[in-house]
Amino acid sequence: MRLINRRPTSPPLAVVLAALPFVAVAVAYAIGSDIRLAANPQDKLLPAPATILETAIRLFTEGDRRSGDILLWHDTWASLRRLFFGVGIGAIISLVAGVLIGMLPYARRTFSDFVAVLSMVPPLAMLPILFIVFGLGETSKIVLIVVGITPFLIRDLSQRVLDIPHEEIVKAQTLGASSLVIALRVVLPQILPRLIAAVRLSLGSAWLFLIAAEAVAADVGLGYRIFLVRRYLAMDIILTYVIWITLLAFLIDWALKVASRRAFPWLGAGL
Amino acid sequence: MSFVSVTDVWQSYDGRSIIERVNLDVAEGEFVSIVGASGCGKSTFLRLLLADERPTRGTIRIDGGAPAVEPGRERGVVFQRYSVFPHMSVRDNIVAAESFATGLGRFFGAKLRAARARADGTLDRIGLAHVAGNYPATLSGGMQQRLAIGQALTARPRILLLDEPFGALDPGTRIAMHDFLTELRAETAMTVFMVTHDLSEGFKLGDRVLVFDKPRWDPDYPEKFGATITYDFDARDGGIPYQRILEKAPGLAPDIVSDIAPDIAGPA
Repeated sequence: MRLINRRPTSPPLAVVLAALPFVAVAVAYAIGSDIRLAANPQDKLLPAPATILETAIRLFTEGDRRSGDILLWHDTWASLRRLFFGVGIGAIISLVAGVLIGMLPYARRTFSDFVAVLSMVPPLAMLPILFIVFGLGETSKIVLIVVGITPFLIRDLSQRVLDIPHEEIVKAQTLGASSLVIALRVVLPQILPRLIAAVRLSLGSAWLFLIAAEAVAADVGLGYRIFLVRRYLAMDIILTYVIWITLLAFLIDWALKVASRRAFPWLGAGL
Repeated sequence: MSFVSVTDVWQSYDGRSIIERVNLDVAEGEFVSIVGASGCGKSTFLRLLLADERPTRGTIRIDGGAPAVEPGRERGVVFQRYSVFPHMSVRDNIVAAESFATGLGRFFGAKLRAARARADGTLDRIGLAHVAGNYPATLSGGMQQRLAIGQALTARPRILLLDEPFGALDPGTRIAMHDFLTELRAETAMTVFMVTHDLSEGFKLGDRVLVFDKPRWDPDYPEKFGATITYDFDARDGGIPYQRILEKAPGLAPDIVSDIAPDIAGPA
């Protein structure tokens, strides 16, 4: 049988295959850590998995010695709030702008080149400007995420609007629909699942901008904590935070995927 | 008085002529089939009728009204594909034909319930009542086109435009759709324009068959001249409307023929 026709159909095999790379990375790390710790028990670079687990449990459950607050949860809420506002504001702006640019030839002529140029500005290069303009508080971090993801989202969504078959738009017109009705009843419902898909794609860069902004100037947040404990070479804390961030990002992505499938059943419809 | 009048219509894109000197008068209730080779401008002519494009020259009027600048409720349309809204259920697609003309494009409360009841009646007539809650993507090609036609007719257009509506269907479904369309026409007496690749389909359904072709041809510059209506067949009665007139009214003709040309008519 040809390789292209061999499929891992049985459930246990499929699960094993999916788990394989994760297990391989974990085993490779454990071996590396073991070798280093055997040579030097004080080594901080690759802490033993057991040490990381111990640290993780401590971070998730024990309060700070000074304030009594569990810092990890504070960091998580602070970061998630910034991410939520940044991505949410970016999504709303891009939805409105994308629909306008995609539907209205006048808006397209005016803004599409402008957005194309804007999307080439490196957002991190704008970070100092944002700190100067908006101060070191929450605003500058949220604005960085918005500035970072919105041009991409606008370009993607306006293209998706243009991809709606012209026949559908003409059909709506022959049913007497105004531009507003076409936007509300034909374009918007078909573009919302695209928005979720585009947001899922841009979440990676949103996290990048968030961590970067927190690393430069913050007093709470996941990125702030990682860059703070870096000074003490606290690899066990850094690794816990990295795994935690990865897990959060994965969960958000998964939740968006499920929400999209629930909210737009017509997408999956088919014979 | 003709219902749809097309007067000296030309259409060209960047100096390339697509159609030229098209004149046409269509009476109310006529079914006009439009045939021709690929790229002969028959779809362009349909888009002009639809007012999706404006002609470079000439005018198209419905019932003596002003030439349209954009598609509207006067014109109903069914394309080969993408004629229904994929994100709405079958029932809501029919309701949309009524609600789209309102301010927000949506009915609420009692109005919505009444519109849904009317939509169910329509679906019953076009044989889609059993899939009213489904999304169009779950329907077969023939059912989707039936829905598209039902949706277009629900808006009560003055003329119905069909752009190869059965082009993507298998032969059996196609014949069933011909019967469906013939029945609907008998009920509504709608004026219909249908572009088709299929000559026999054009003659079967149409009262008239228009053929688009290029009468002038410049071998050095094929795009110089556009296509126009080169034949306008009377397709009623299976495409032979006058040959059988004597069978229908045998008492009338022989006398006249023998009066004018006794040698042809033979001994009375």
